[in-house]
Amino acid sequence: MYQRGTSRWFIHGLIVLLAVVYLIPVYLTIITSLKAPADINLMTAWKPPAHPYWASYATAISKFAPSLENSIVLAISATLLSAALGSINGYVLCKWEFPGARFVLPLVVFGMFIPYQSILVPLFQFMRRIGLYGGLPGLVLVHVVYGLPITTLLFRSFYAEIPDELLGAAFIDGADFLGIYRWLVLPLSGPPFLVVAIWQFTQIWNEFLFAVTLARPASQPITVALANLAGGQAVSWNLPMAGSVLAALPTVVVYVLLGRYFIRGLLAGALKG
Amino acid sequence: MRSRRDQVMAVLVIMPSLALLAIFVYGFIGQTVYMSLTDWGQGAALALKPEIHFVGTRNYAELFTGFLNVRFRQDLVSMVFFTILFVGASLALGLFLATIIDQRIRGEAVFRTIFLFPMSLSFIVTGTIWRWLLQPRGGVNVLPSLVGLPPAGFLWLSSREQALQFNWQVLPHYVVLGAAFVLIAWGVWSAARRRFRTSALVGLPGMALLAWAVTGGAARLQLLPFPEAHGFNLALVGVVIAATWQMSGYTMALYLAGLRTIPDELREAARVDGASPLQVYRYVELPLLAPITWSAIIILGHIALKIFDLVFAMAGPDNAPTSVPAILMFLTTFRGNELAKGASIAAILLVVVSILIVPYLVTSFRAGRA
Repeated sequence: MYQRGTSRWFIHGLIVLLAVVYLIPVYLTIITSLKAPADINLMTAWKPPAHPYWASYATAISKFAPSLENSIVLAISATLLSAALGSINGYVLCKWEFPGARFVLPLVVFGMFIPYQSILVPLFQFMRRIGLYGGLPGLVLVHVVYGLPITTLLFRSFYAEIPDELLGAAFIDGADFLGIYRWLVLPLSGPPFLVVAIWQFTQIWNEFLFAVTLARPASQPITVALANLAGGQAVSWNLPMAGSVLAALPTVVVYVLLGRYFIRGLLAGALKG
Repeated sequence: MRSRRDQVMAVLVIMPSLALLAIFVYGFIGQTVYMSLTDWGQGAALALKPEIHFVGTRNYAELFTGFLNVRFRQDLVSMVFFTILFVGASLALGLFLATIIDQRIRGEAVFRTIFLFPMSLSFIVTGTIWRWLLQPRGGVNVLPSLVGLPPAGFLWLSSREQALQFNWQVLPHYVVLGAAFVLIAWGVWSAARRRFRTSALVGLPGMALLAWAVTGGAARLQLLPFPEAHGFNLALVGVVIAATWQMSGYTMALYLAGLRTIPDELREAARVDGASPLQVYRYVELPLLAPITWSAIIILGHIALKIFDLVFAMAGPDNAPTSVPAILMFLTTFRGNELAKGASIAAILLVVVSILIVPYLVTSFRAGRA
């Protein structure tokens, strides 16, 4: 359905209006984060501050620095590990059909849809028993394990595009299971690795349920620290808003710079899963 | 060509991952289900060697019919309303945005980015932001005063008002009626496809159920000895708005990808046949987007049924009007130490999500699409 003439003006007006509506929360977040606590008043919530109060950010950074650091360590290490495992799993499930493999994949993929409440208490007890409760290594392990379904599925669907003839030729040249992965599959894994890494990084950075139940205060990721601050009483709103900007920044930057790959991950999740 | 050694290697390489998933997904689900069949809780939760008894399905019966568990039933109802409204709004808005953006507008990439970027945020960030926007005497409510109108006074997240109330007592009656209609419709559908055996197998029980419901038999299956009103908590509207703000860009991206894969020849052919732009949209483009709608319903639906972070950040876990089973499970387990009851809620949540996900997984893997 393509329109011409005056209706094109109408459509452009409409889309600009919608974009403004979508940006309202961003506008309010930024102006509130730049107000001094004394200037935050419900009636003047929509007015930008006369003088930006940058101290909100200084305070927020010093308050959130430990949890931001935790989130960076957690998201990067869990992303790399789960992407590496997903790559090798995807390779096996795509190119090395073993007996029963047909039933394995749906069972694996089911794991990414479950409500994590349904495994939470046994997980909690298990982490306590193996001594990983409360710290970052435990959270990394949890994110790697529950990231396996999506990373495996994404890599598998990318590897399906590598023609089997190419593998056949490599066999004739004497390559074995690991050789083909190392010299043929891995060099072609750049774009899929980027898609998977962006997806996992965003998911892990944004995750809350595991973080709030499995981390001691010293290992809290940013989502928990932000929820605690914003949920507490008698806090002036410039801080949670500045904290929201800090918590959102990494994933928004990744999205704006690498949006193409982000969207591919989103679409693959829906159209192929 | 492929040696036995390589084949063994392949299985060995994938085994650790499969073993981890077997334990962390299926093993833990098994443990949760087992816990839900015991009386583990309260004193026993804190004891060093808790004394736990097997109680069968008592926890489940309590949740659905017990006098004390009225909040669980309301949360279940809230979850259903939230899911329907959020999925419906995201689909409608996403389709609308995709249709507009597909009009070859200027600066398309900028608009796409604006509508899609909330998707990259955490539900915690979205919740914190919208918590501020929906303050009773601030944010959205003072918007009318900017143009000289009196400010609105809606209590976005704490309103106790309910719409569409119904009596939980007679729920079995409605369920039987619903099941009867589904079975009869299935029977008619099979008969139309000349599968008379299936038609009789599902249609006749359907008619029997209908007769039972209509004659008042099912109405005697009362869940509670007392009437109990549940309905749609208006406080959830704010959560629906925030969730739709975050996820409608996702449905937009899905629909836009779908619209862009429709070959132009199809549209051209319809136009040559004299179809107006609106007719091309209605009869050529929309039907081709149906599979995308199904995928989006599954993806958004399972997110909505499990919704936890957003409610936690927007209203806190203790705010009853916005509570859902995922929140209640958290409170019951970690604040109330009622582990068995929490496990029952978790198991019910898993069953509800599975009803949505399992048919989707089965059909997509059988079709070999994945």
